[in-house]
Amino acid sequence: MGVNRRKFLKIAGISTLAVAAKPATDALAFNPKEWLDEKLGGFTPSEMMLHFGHKPEGSVAGEALTATRWAMVVNVRSLDEEIAEACMEACHKIHNVPHIKNPKHEIKWLWREGYEHALPGQQHEHIDEEIKKLPFLVMCNHCYNPPCVRVCPTKATFKRKSDGIVMMDMHRCIGCRFCMAACPFGSRSFNWKDPRPHIKEEEQNPEYPTRTKGVVEKCQFCAERLAKGQIPACVEVAQKLCAEKGREPALVFGDLDDPDSEVREALRSHYSVRRKPELGTHPNVYYIV
Amino acid sequence: MLEKAFLGGRKYWSWMICLLIVMGAGLIAWLFQFRDGLGITGMSRDISWGVYIANFTFLVGVAAAAVMVVIPYYIHHYKAFGRITILAEFLGVSAVLMCLMFIIADLGNPVRAMNVLLHPTPNSILFWDMVVLNGYLFLNIFIGWNVLMAERKGSPPPGWLKPVIYLSIPWAVSIHTVTAFLYAGLPGRHFWLTAIMAARFLASAFAAGPALLIIFCLIIRKNTKFDPGEEQIRTLSGIVTYAMILNVFFFVLECFTAFYSQIPGHMHTIQYLFAGIHGHTGLVPWMWTAVFFWTVSLILLIVPAARRANDVLAVACVTVFIGCWIDKGVGLVIGGFIPNPLEHITEYQATLPEVLITLGVWATGFFVLSFLYKIAITVKEELGA
Repeated sequence: MGVNRRKFLKIAGISTLAVAAKPATDALAFNPKEWLDEKLGGFTPSEMMLHFGHKPEGSVAGEALTATRWAMVVNVRSLDEEIAEACMEACHKIHNVPHIKNPKHEIKWLWREGYEHALPGQQHEHIDEEIKKLPFLVMCNHCYNPPCVRVCPTKATFKRKSDGIVMMDMHRCIGCRFCMAACPFGSRSFNWKDPRPHIKEEEQNPEYPTRTKGVVEKCQFCAERLAKGQIPACVEVAQKLCAEKGREPALVFGDLDDPDSEVREALRSHYSVRRKPELGTHPNVYYIV
Repeated sequence: MLEKAFLGGRKYWSWMICLLIVMGAGLIAWLFQFRDGLGITGMSRDISWGVYIANFTFLVGVAAAAVMVVIPYYIHHYKAFGRITILAEFLGVSAVLMCLMFIIADLGNPVRAMNVLLHPTPNSILFWDMVVLNGYLFLNIFIGWNVLMAERKGSPPPGWLKPVIYLSIPWAVSIHTVTAFLYAGLPGRHFWLTAIMAARFLASAFAAGPALLIIFCLIIRKNTKFDPGEEQIRTLSGIVTYAMILNVFFFVLECFTAFYSQIPGHMHTIQYLFAGIHGHTGLVPWMWTAVFFWTVSLILLIVPAARRANDVLAVACVTVFIGCWIDKGVGLVIGGFIPNPLEHITEYQATLPEVLITLGVWATGFFVLSFLYKIAITVKEELGA
């Protein structure tokens, strides 16, 4: 994100002024909150801190990848077991996702499902056998209208106003798991126990925080990589492997609001579906089958 | 008045010490959970709420039941209930306390519970549930205490208390409605996504709560010099009967919509609960037990001769209470997670520490209830009521 130290301090200063000036401005029918929202790009101070904290050393503003509505297109026909596994491994490794064997306590951000589980209700008995074998990669859909955000009692999960990514503040989550009940895609995992002993020391990524027990976590569309100007890890891996195998990219990432983006191009040239569209959550992850 | 709770006989103290032992066991189990995380429970990625939230949901209903005594007395001037309003209000207090303890027991990060106040989020139903539950707790302590003080002095409750009592009536309905909204507004959980959820909750609440109150009235009559009264018990049993009929009726409505429409998502959970899916039958014995209890309770309650015999009525009330607990706790909360959103089936089995914590919370609730009832009954005994 394009919030460097200088801009952050500037906005923090403006916020202080705005709060101090509130009684006077109220009299002039001037809404400081609206004005502040505009100045802050819709960030709350805690979101600001979050991005400030994630800012990599030595980066300059403008380097980050930005969009108004990030989206992903999964071209399932380009996927195979090997690519799917590589994507999952890349994601889980850089995000310090613990390896917990017990499926009841498992943490997963990106994983594969069979057709009938990824798109329940769409299946029929005469479907092409090949499709049944495809590894459907599933993750958080970063819904445009996210039920998890609606139900969270502390705003620990929130939709970032600037680009629509549904994010987690692991320091605020109280672990009530209301978001897990609300998510219609089963995309959220809870730390039923301390995850740290389940991360191999040699595999740990020191640049990404590990979590504590008692908080919910999920895919964040690699917000920390976007801030450094990198595309999400799974997309990078999938594009590399697909290029080697001479296939269309299995994962495409881009700005849904930009008609010239790669995702819009992929959606123009293929018929695509979303998971459970009837629920009105408007997922930002699309599937080409 | 508080001192009256410490002036009990041997029976009273043995009961309280038994409760303290169970509370201690629950506390120790909770300390383990606090150290090791919720992984020591039977909950999982797929069944992310278990017996804590199930009991919480059920007890909100028990708490709301006080209104079934308050409405006839204060709105319809049904004088007989004046003798037992305090019992209903104190039951409300201890039930809400149990609810709050179950919420804390269920949190992954209990030390951060105050975040709900630090970052108030009005779009979250959980935020409103916190508001209405704490408000209801305060209202019931406040009203109950003032009514009892006035009674001890032999004077009617102060006039300014009336509006507070009237406020407690919609408030009781609100705690159960808001709790139903925790479930009924979630997309993708077909079993919960039903407009009559709040109505079902209220019906089962007004069956299970007054049923428990009848049991308490019978116990109090047998063990103390205070008699809650035959007419009071008769009227309460009528309320339980109507509410239980409505409760079962609402459940039948759910089944009709699911099975006549033949929409798979609407049928799945009900099929899982009563027949099992793909060999997963973990909750089937529970649900048929509930059906058995419902049937027995309806027969005993509807047949007038049975209902009027207090021993039979006691059995009917126990079956109502257990039947509603299974339906709402086990069936509704846990069933709602099966199958999961990806149509996989994971089953749930509570663990020993989880059960100990649950029993500990119930024991704490009964401890508080016994304490409060002891005060109320001593006051009434002294008045020779």
